[in-house]
Amino acid sequence: MNHISPVIGQFLDKWMTNFRLFPPEASKIAPQMDALFFFIVVVSLFGFAMVLVLLVAFSILYNKKRHPVALQIEGSALLEITWTLIPLGLFLVIFAWGAILYFRIFTPPANAMNIYVVGKQWMWKTEHPGGQHEINALHVPAGRAIQLTLISQDVFHSFSIPAFRIKREAIPGRYTTVWFEATKPGTYHLFCTQYCGSNHSRMSGEVVVQTQEDYRKWLSRSTSGASLAQNGERLFASLSCNACHNARPDARGPSLANVYGSRLTLSSGERIVADDAYLRQSILNPSQHVTQGYAPIMPTYQGRIDEEGVIALIEFIKQLDSDYRIQQTLNSTDLVPSESSQTAAVKGREIKQSNSRGGIQP
Amino acid sequence: MVSSAFPSAAAEHGEHPPYLLHHFQSVEQQADAANFAMWLFLLSEVMFFSGLFAAFLIYRNWYIPAFVAGAKQLNVGLGALNSGLLILSSFSLGMGVWSAETRRKSCLVLCLILTFVLGLGFLGIKSIEYAEKIEKHHFPGLHYSLSSFIDPSSDQAVSAAGERPLPLDMARHTELYFSLYFAMTGMHALHMIVGMGILAYMILRAWGGAYTSGHVTFVKNFALYWNLVDIVWIYLFALLYLVSRH
Amino acid sequence: MSTSTLVPPSEPIAPKIPEDNYLSRGYGLRSWLLTRDHKRIGILYLISLSVFFLIGGTLAGMIRLELLTPQSDLMSTDTYNKVFTMHGVIMIFLFLVPSVPATLGNFFIPMMIGARDLALPRINLLSWYLYIVGGVLVIYTMVAGGVDTGWTFTTPLSTHYVNTNVLSTCLAIFITGFSSIFTGLNVLVTVHKMRAPGMTWFRLPLFVWSLYAASIQMVLATPVVAIAIVLLALERTIGIGVFDPTKGGDPLLFQHLFWFYSHPAVYIMILPGMGVISEVISTFSRKRVFGYKAVAFSSVAIAVFGFFVWAHHMMIMGISNYAVLVFSLLTMLVAVPSAIKIFNWTFTLHKGAITFEAPMLYAFGFIGLFTIGGMSGVFLGSAGTDVHLTETFFIVAHFHFVMVGGMLMAFLAGIHFWWPKMTGRMYPERIAQVASIVTFIGFNLTFFPQFILGILGMPRRYASYPPEFQILNVFSTAGATVLGAGYLLSALYLLWSLKYGQVAADNPWQATGLEWQCQSPPLTGNFTEMPIMDHEAYDYAWLEGQNRNRRKVGHR
Repeated sequence: MNHISPVIGQFLDKWMTNFRLFPPEASKIAPQMDALFFFIVVVSLFGFAMVLVLLVAFSILYNKKRHPVALQIEGSALLEITWTLIPLGLFLVIFAWGAILYFRIFTPPANAMNIYVVGKQWMWKTEHPGGQHEINALHVPAGRAIQLTLISQDVFHSFSIPAFRIKREAIPGRYTTVWFEATKPGTYHLFCTQYCGSNHSRMSGEVVVQTQEDYRKWLSRSTSGASLAQNGERLFASLSCNACHNARPDARGPSLANVYGSRLTLSSGERIVADDAYLRQSILNPSQHVTQGYAPIMPTYQGRIDEEGVIALIEFIKQLDSDYRIQQTLNSTDLVPSESSQTAAVKGREIKQSNSRGGIQP
Repeated sequence: MVSSAFPSAAAEHGEHPPYLLHHFQSVEQQADAANFAMWLFLLSEVMFFSGLFAAFLIYRNWYIPAFVAGAKQLNVGLGALNSGLLILSSFSLGMGVWSAETRRKSCLVLCLILTFVLGLGFLGIKSIEYAEKIEKHHFPGLHYSLSSFIDPSSDQAVSAAGERPLPLDMARHTELYFSLYFAMTGMHALHMIVGMGILAYMILRAWGGAYTSGHVTFVKNFALYWNLVDIVWIYLFALLYLVSRH
Repeated sequence: MSTSTLVPPSEPIAPKIPEDNYLSRGYGLRSWLLTRDHKRIGILYLISLSVFFLIGGTLAGMIRLELLTPQSDLMSTDTYNKVFTMHGVIMIFLFLVPSVPATLGNFFIPMMIGARDLALPRINLLSWYLYIVGGVLVIYTMVAGGVDTGWTFTTPLSTHYVNTNVLSTCLAIFITGFSSIFTGLNVLVTVHKMRAPGMTWFRLPLFVWSLYAASIQMVLATPVVAIAIVLLALERTIGIGVFDPTKGGDPLLFQHLFWFYSHPAVYIMILPGMGVISEVISTFSRKRVFGYKAVAFSSVAIAVFGFFVWAHHMMIMGISNYAVLVFSLLTMLVAVPSAIKIFNWTFTLHKGAITFEAPMLYAFGFIGLFTIGGMSGVFLGSAGTDVHLTETFFIVAHFHFVMVGGMLMAFLAGIHFWWPKMTGRMYPERIAQVASIVTFIGFNLTFFPQFILGILGMPRRYASYPPEFQILNVFSTAGATVLGAGYLLSALYLLWSLKYGQVAADNPWQATGLEWQCQSPPLTGNFTEMPIMDHEAYDYAWLEGQNRNRRKVGHR
């Protein structure tokens, strides 16, 4: 081909090697989604073909030259009912199938490994529990259920992996989750698909699916020191959370051992499950999420901690199955409790004694 | 196809009232169309306010303590007085419509002026309330101050009532309450100001006898608008001032 | 019940244009800028719409040129962001929403129902002025540096993270929204209160039904986006916090308020186009529309159901799974009336006497392309597939198929169909047929590859993309060139026909609407005598009787 026309040759070459009509199927849910997709394609083709055939046939048969006198037909109730009920039936089937698929995509199994994703203009920061951080990249093991917990630090972003057929918005102020199980090792596209400003087009990267063995190797190679939980422990101490949450008999705050995933009764009487969202809210908006039996004296940390800090704290709390590590934070820190926590401790007592004096200064 | 001539065709120009527009067949059709148009416009106004009401209901549901604290900062007495003024103004406007229909010119002008004065009173009281809020730094965005809510001793009204201070994170949400307060009452006040402008125009025209010679559509349709503005206020008063008072 | 009708000999050409018509009643600028004649206002809208379509189309050309190469190299990424934002804002608010209602609706609804004008002519003129003010503000925005938030103005990006001209754009859309509300108001009052004697609801042309349905949505939905914009502006200027998570607000609230309008907006855009198709298909097959009542009720059903599906634009936004379920179900339901209409139009052709003038070709194009576009909507309404396809070029392809392949084709069909009535001139038929085919081919080449790009995962609003997507983008740009040529050709020969086109008779297509009983171009008051409607809609037997009477009396 090249000797006939190098330009066309180049074009054809590019086309042959790069042309695909479909992204690779690299997750467990991908073939399921593709099955529904193809069903809808078939239904659409069928509908479209029917309309096309009728249009062409009627145009030929009832061309004015061939059929000069039009027959005035009012309509047909039978036909109306038929072409109402059949499309309705097909659409309802598609709805039900799609709904089941949707629930599957957004209901993670209990044993899913959690990876945090923080989106910010204009990069993705993924954080593995062991403390490995990546920018615009995500290494995952194949054959393992992975849940992504996403949040944005500024505007809406959307984390999209076409090869896995998953996509989820990263929203400022709230966690969102999605899960997948990768099946085929390889490198796949990662895109931000929610317009987020100037460099939206550059907020893309790679998802690298590895075998379990390779993933372990990668984990040990890229650990940058502390795990998320260890960072959380550090924050727990430096923000003086242990001033109230210290498992002592006179502690002002509830013990956090085993609190993650447990059922709690709030002071409003509501019963909730202490999940990631609850933990985040109780750090940033504590007054509405106070456990029953405790005074609403926890200060808000909004503005004093960023999303990654919150994630680290949550990871720390998730791992607490006893008070041992909390005791360690109390013992091992020889920092004087910080000014704000001292003020809070003092004021807290004052509030308990009298309602009309004192209060937490902004 | 049988046809009949349009009654307002050029040849018969003297036989219809001067205010009948030429694309209508009769005065009744014209009045009917104008009335229907005004009802549809009011429907669109309801949809306009509905977004604000939706926002208010959602946020109130999420942040009840903040909304209660914010509501208690408002003066129910002034709010009730405003409601009274508006209800009275709707009544006076209704009397105005009656005057127009019974061709009582001076009565009509009086009623319109009364409505105008009552509306002015409403806006006056509203400005007093706004001024007070701004003074206490409760206007959202600029220099918004949380001190009334976290430190009752800084605020006379709150400490006198024995209110408990809010936690900081809940206190932050009071700004949302005031945002909605100003947005909703501000939008309402804007509608009132437009209404007063039209009212002023109407007073001048009424004085010239425009509405007391059989053509009352304008007054009637304006009364519909004014009544809607009144109803919106009643809802605002209930939701912003009253609901959180217990 | 069916009767056969003899198609009367039609004489599309007339010797000369009647001296007294709405165009000749006053020539100065004042007579146009202060007119209360619904026909003149329709023409004013047509001219201004065309200007904005040209601007929006140029912006589209710039988008396609940038996307020829994987890198963001033709213009800076910031400029590209502004270009696609302005393209969206102009095409939606300044072109598609007012297109048929404000031009063809304004012009023909009074004539179709036997009235002399719309119910509120001064409000009609105000509507046009509001539209112009909004348009000028948009042009100002472009000149002042544009806005780059996307036409959807997602918060908190638009409130706190861009420093472009968001406020002027918000004001422009707010004002244009009122233009839309007033147009809708006018149509509703006119159809309710000004029908000629004998013109019952089920004798109305289906064009009127479609516009009535769209007007309901215009009046009820537009105010909600108005308040969303007001709150956006307040958040941006004084930081009230209503959409700010750090102050307790919820950015998703903006999206709910925005899409509560913007979803009905798409039906506001398409329903009038569907009305045009009903008229064209009927006329060019010389047959009553199959299933008149089904089509009429479907229009209203689309308008009503259209209010309850807005969150299908938000399925991956983290709203509750059960909410997604409800909206997905309702989306499937709203698809059914559109399908019913397609089948009814197709069956209108059955046993007809079909000719293929340009309006009919555009109508065929509409049926094919709207079917594809509509079916692609099913992919998106189904929650499972939506997860993969949303926010990609699949969405871009979907809405361009229904808006451009559907609505714009319908608009062109209507313009060509009613051109003789509006201007008194015939457009050149052969060239028009060629242009319609060129447009059709160009359209498919432009937008079909975008479905594939979306499936492959190419996100929308991307200035640069992975190189393997280039081939499809090249096809798309090539198609855009052909599409642009098709539109340009149409504009040129339509303008040409104003001076050199054959003079048209009153009813060159032998159509049954009351508007065709008026002269071409019509008198300012439309009718000399008030018509009394004593026959059904699309009654070709009645038309035949009319023609016999006219031939006896010697009319043209």
